[in-house]
Parts: sequence; C-alpha cells; structure tokens
Amino acid sequence: MRKMKTRYSLVVNCWILTSALALASIALALDGQVGIHDPSTIVMCDGKFYTWGTGGNGLVSDDGWTWRRGTNLPRTGLAPDVIHIGDRYYVYVAANSGVTKAAINLISTKSLDPNSPDCKWEEGGVVASSDGVEDSNAIDPGVFLDPNDHRLWLVYGSYFGYIRLVELDPKTGKRLHPGDEPRNLAINCEASDLIFHDGWYYLLATHGSCCRGADSGYNIRMGRSRKVTGPYIDQTGVDMILGGGKLLVGSGSRMIGPGHFGLLDLGDGVQTFSMHFEADLDRGGASVLDIRPLLWKDGWPLAGENLKEGAYEIESARTGTALELAVEGMPVGGRAGRGGGGRGAFGGSGAGRGAFGASGGARGAGPGAGGGGRGMFAGTGTPIPPQDVAQVSANWPAGKIDVRMANYLSQAQQKWTISAAPNAGGYPGAPYFKITIAGTDRALAVGDDAELVALPAFTGGPEQLWRIEQLTDGTWRIMPKSVPNSKDALAISAIGSSFATLSKFDPASDKHRWVLRMQ
Amino acid sequence: MNTSMKAHGPRRAAPDNSGTHAKPRCAATSCACSSEVNFKTSLLPLVVVAGAALLAVVAVAQVPPVTLINSPAAAKAPDADGFIRGWFLLEPIPALGLTDNAVQSIVKKEYFPEQFTVIPKDGNKVTVGGTELTWHSVETKNYNVNLFHFARALGKETSNVLFWAVTIVNCPQEMRDVRLAIGSNAASVWWVNDEEVIGIYGDRQTVIDDGVSKRLTLNKGPNVIRGAIVNGGGATDFCVRFLGADDKPLKGFTAGPGEIRR
Repeated sequence: MRKMKTRYSLVVNCWILTSALALASIALALDGQVGIHDPSTIVMCDGKFYTWGTGGNGLVSDDGWTWRRGTNLPRTGLAPDVIHIGDRYYVYVAANSGVTKAAINLISTKSLDPNSPDCKWEEGGVVASSDGVEDSNAIDPGVFLDPNDHRLWLVYGSYFGYIRLVELDPKTGKRLHPGDEPRNLAINCEASDLIFHDGWYYLLATHGSCCRGADSGYNIRMGRSRKVTGPYIDQTGVDMILGGGKLLVGSGSRMIGPGHFGLLDLGDGVQTFSMHFEADLDRGGASVLDIRPLLWKDGWPLAGENLKEGAYEIESARTGTALELAVEGMPVGGRAGRGGGGRGAFGGSGAGRGAFGASGGARGAGPGAGGGGRGMFAGTGTPIPPQDVAQVSANWPAGKIDVRMANYLSQAQQKWTISAAPNAGGYPGAPYFKITIAGTDRALAVGDDAELVALPAFTGGPEQLWRIEQLTDGTWRIMPKSVPNSKDALAISAIGSSFATLSKFDPASDKHRWVLRMQ
Repeated sequence: MNTSMKAHGPRRAAPDNSGTHAKPRCAATSCACSSEVNFKTSLLPLVVVAGAALLAVVAVAQVPPVTLINSPAAAKAPDADGFIRGWFLLEPIPALGLTDNAVQSIVKKEYFPEQFTVIPKDGNKVTVGGTELTWHSVETKNYNVNLFHFARALGKETSNVLFWAVTIVNCPQEMRDVRLAIGSNAASVWWVNDEEVIGIYGDRQTVIDDGVSKRLTLNKGPNVIRGAIVNGGGATDFCVRFLGADDKPLKGFTAGPGEIRR
C-alpha cells in the first residue's frame, strides 16, 4: 500500500480550537513514482496517461494521479515531446553530438501501450538540426497542431542562440519544406512550446538554469502573438526574441525550479499543464513531474493551484450561497434577541443593557466597542470562539441529512473538511477527496435519487469520492466519482439559491462553478 | 439557513413592491382588523400599543391590491417564464417564528379541518381561533403573488402571519423529473400532491428559484400544489414555477384555482 504524499505548507494555530476543524493547509503532490526530468507533453492512449523525459525514461498512469515507471522510448535523447494526430503518436527526440551540434529525430507509433500489437515504433528521420556553428541548439522540441488551420509546427532550441520554429507535415509528422529557413522566435531560454487560446498564440519557454537541484533557477515564461510565426511579446511589451517573458510559474515553498511546460486539456473547459520541478524538497530534492490547473485572466495563462486539504466554505459562484446540512443553524456565539428585555439586541452578554444602550444616549458600537458602556452593536467585549461542532451537532439527526444551500454565517453545518481519500485513486493532478462536515465524519455523498445527501459517516464508496478541479476562471468543478444507477459524469449544480443537485457539466453555465474559501 | 433580519431591520417600516410602506404591526393575537373580502377600500383606525403606553393612533388605508385581481376559478398556462399566477389564498393566520423548527411547527399545526387536503372555492370560509377567514381566488399581474397587497387590501395583518396558498396544476400527460421551484418572503413550506417537497426558512426575500425540490413526477390530470408562507415583518410574497429535467421553466400544463375534475 502506497502512502499518499502530503505537503505541509502552512499550519494555522487557532488559539481556541473547540472542535477538530482541520485548519492545516496541505498541498498534495502527485503520487507514486514521479521522478522525471524534462517531461514531454502528457498524452492519453487507451485510457492511460504517458510521458517521457530526458534519457527516454517513461512514466505511465491509469488516472493521472498515481504514476509508475513505464517503458523507455526506443530512441533515447533529450527532452522529448509527443503529439497524437489521427491514429498515430509522433514523438520528437533530440540528441547533441557537440556543444551546439544537435538533431531532432521523429519516431512514431499507433499505440503507446507496449503490450498492444499496434505498438510498433517507426523511425521518421531528422526534422530539425543545428550544425554547431549557427546560433541555435536544436534540442528541446515542442510540437503544436494549430487548431485553426491544422498546420503542424515545431519549436526548439536551448540557450545557445534562438528558439526556432519550423513547419511539419501533419500527415507524416516529418519536416515540411526542409529548405525553408527556420524562424527565430525567442532567445535566452529553452523547453519551448506553443498553445492557442481565444485568438492568441502563446509561446511558453523556460528561463533560468536547470540541473542544479534546489539551486536551479528554472521558471516558465511566455509571450503572445496573433500569428503563430510571432513576434511573441510579453505583457510589458518586450519581444521574447529580446529576452522578454511574462512569468507563468516559478518556484514555490517546497518545489524548486519548474520547467518544460506541456498543455493537458481535459475538455469541457478544464485545462491543466504538466512540468517538472528540478527539486522537490519533500522528496529529497529529486526532479519530479507535476500537474497544475491552467487558468486564464486578462488574456494570459495563469498557473492555478491544486486543492489543498483543509476546512472550506463551498460557495456557489452563481448564487453566492453555500452548501450546508439541512439542519437548523445556531448563530456563532448564540442566538441574539431583537431588543427589549434587559439586554440589547446587539448588546452581547451582560445584564441591564438597553437596545441602544451605550451610556449618554450614544448609539452602540463606537469607540466603546469591547469596553464599558456597551450598546446595541458593541458585541461581548471578548473574542467569540468558533462554533463547537460537537455541541451543535448534538441536535442534528443521526441518520442521513439532506444538503441545501444558504447564506454563509460561519456555522458548523456550513464548514466542510476536504481531504484526500486514502487509496482511492485520483485524476490528473489530484486525488479523489472526501468532503465531510468539519469536526465530524458526516460525509457528502450522492443518494440513490441522484441528489446530494450527507451520510452519517464516510465509508469510502465511489458516491462519496469527489473530483475537484479548478476551472480556467479559478472557480472549481466538483464531481462525484460515480452516481448510483447512472453512468453519466455529473457535477454539483446550484440549480436554486437554496438547493444544489447534480447535472451534466455545462462549461458555459455558472451553475457548476464553486468558490472554495478556506476557513 | 438564514435567520438574520431583513435588510430594512426589525420593526421598521419597510418599502413594499408598490412603493408604499408597511403599517406598524398590531399584536398578532389581538388584531382587530376587518375580515371583509373582495379587496374593498376603506380606512381602518389602528391603535398601536407598546407596553401599557398609548403611543399613537394612526389611520391605516385598505389599499387596493394593485398587483392582484379577483379571479374566477380558471386554469391558465403559466406565464412566459413559467410562473403560476392563479391561486387560492386564505386570509392570514397569526403565527410567530421563522427558524426551521418554528416554521415546521407552525405549518404542521392544524388550524382548521381538512387543512392539508382541502381544495377551496372562492368565498369558502374557515374559522381559526374564533376568527372567520375567507379563501380568495386571485390572479397576480406579476410573476409573484404579493401577499402584502393581498392582506393590506383586506385590512388584515401582514406581519407575523401564516398564509395558505393552493392551486391546481393540470397536466396533459405525466411529467417526470420536474422540480417545484419557489421563492418566498419569508419562510415557506410546499407540498405537491400532499407530499412535502420544499422548505425554506429564516427571514428572507423572494428570490426566483430559491427553493428547488428534488426531482418529482406530476401526474396526468390534476395535481395539487399547496404552500404555507410564514412572514415576520414587512413585505411578503411568493413566486412558484416548475423546472423541467433541463432546468428550464416547465411549460405544457395549465394551472390556477379551480376544482379538480376527474
């Protein structure tokens, strides 16, 4: 049994922890054997995910979360890249025969599964090269199929001179017009790749130094252009051929030196990207594969974050209301009256305070808040601790409880702990999660009627496992691993302000978009 | 669950949908308001007492229900957005409380015989706590049914009250996987063919599709929709429609106050 790897990036100490609210913010890294350097773009073949790194080392995964060693490429070299066109996979592998003398070779196959009879690698020859004199180093290929006109392009290069662009034949993967001069797109970078989004071509390339462990300055930068042939300009107006580049992702607290961008589009508006980090400090500084959400803002890609474990408000982007158990809530600090009696409506604790009871007729919560002479809006004068879920849940039904939505008031039935479900597998970049009311084992699940329900305890069933993916606008899609009596892939949908259901994900609707606010 | 006060605050005259203001409430259990029907307009002196002190004597107008008309029992297609505009409404019953448990207790209490099964007729009367209350067949001009207009036109209390609403939905064929979608000011509980399908609680404003039921089936022929709306203070109204399996407003049926024809 593999032990899931967790990363403790932040621990918030709560001075009054009246319940078992999990306030630790835990980032999750890919599981399994993820050691790799210069990974190719991740591709799928027969339901499996594949990538290869420098040296031809392969990784394979059944779900995109847990990885294992795969078979090596028949041609080894530097930083391969791969693309699936029609019924073939085209792999481009580079090798240096001198400092800047290099060649990029094509190999192709119908299947990436070594056990498939269709896995027959064929050599396709050299598609680009550098002669050791010219101002380029023909390694680090990045292959790109233009979705607009289906022309196939290859970018390549590494520090010694320019990042270059040549056109390939999408029918064969080979070089188109070998006599044409390559176009220079960028300089002072390597590991380039192209993507297209909303009328713009983006050139992503890795700046900084590699191969020095935690001292590696690798970081992924980008420029954009209206034409695939450039020029690629960063957000400050500097051409990448002059060294420009807007940062996409740099080092984090425990992951150092990201490089070798590869787009992994999961469809329905969900995009992720792969890369390697030169040094994973939690794995002894090893170079590892990682997958992150790819967001978009103001016309530029933005590196998202995989979900961190912790306690959250789950708020609908559509309605602004939050998922909660359908139980009567208790205001944090207790139920206040509405004036009258001996205590002000907002007067906090203490006897004899009037509704607007500050002395001298002043109204409430001015400078006197927290001190003597408390008025209607002055509070108690002391911090109010978080709600004790053990106390308030004593009034909740013992069995299944319906789930609904309401205005968020920081009450116990509205706080959900999201944590990785052990040994439950995952999806590209993240494990399946369980979602429980913070401080309890009451688990969000899908009932037999394909509606949300909270079970008394988490038992690990697929209807209790959740796939939580960040969408390109930064909101989240929440999908159960499976729905009883249904083969459809459904997502939680805010069909009403006070009610959520499950329905087929619609990328154009905000009903399936959720804001996760850590509590 | 929302247990907060309305935005306009407690015991403060609140703007209603017509731009007028809610009257100060009288004690729910001692309301001496008129029980006239048919939305007659008159003036009604109202004495507001706080504690033992006489604070004010004001004249409260029975304002015509500008958004409602007395409607003959008739079933009509829902409006362009799917809202059901025709309803039987019972004059308000004093009720106090908006939390989940309080509302459930209020709506489950039996105030008059056959309360949970009756299909009323316009002008039918029931007696609640010694007060005779009348069922009215109404049609709203808007997507929502303005209960404040309804009660005010009758000189009835609008705050801390319970309204019962009933309508009949006639379906040409069975309709599966539809949902009842409601909004209400304030809390409300709803039944379809005697089964409770939605409850929304707390002091809240009417929002279209606020409460949405789980998937349900409407029978071919008549289906009884019954709602209980509990108001705290100020404005009060509700809106009701069905959503189809595609989450869009359901059409292809008629609805309104009427008799069940079998």
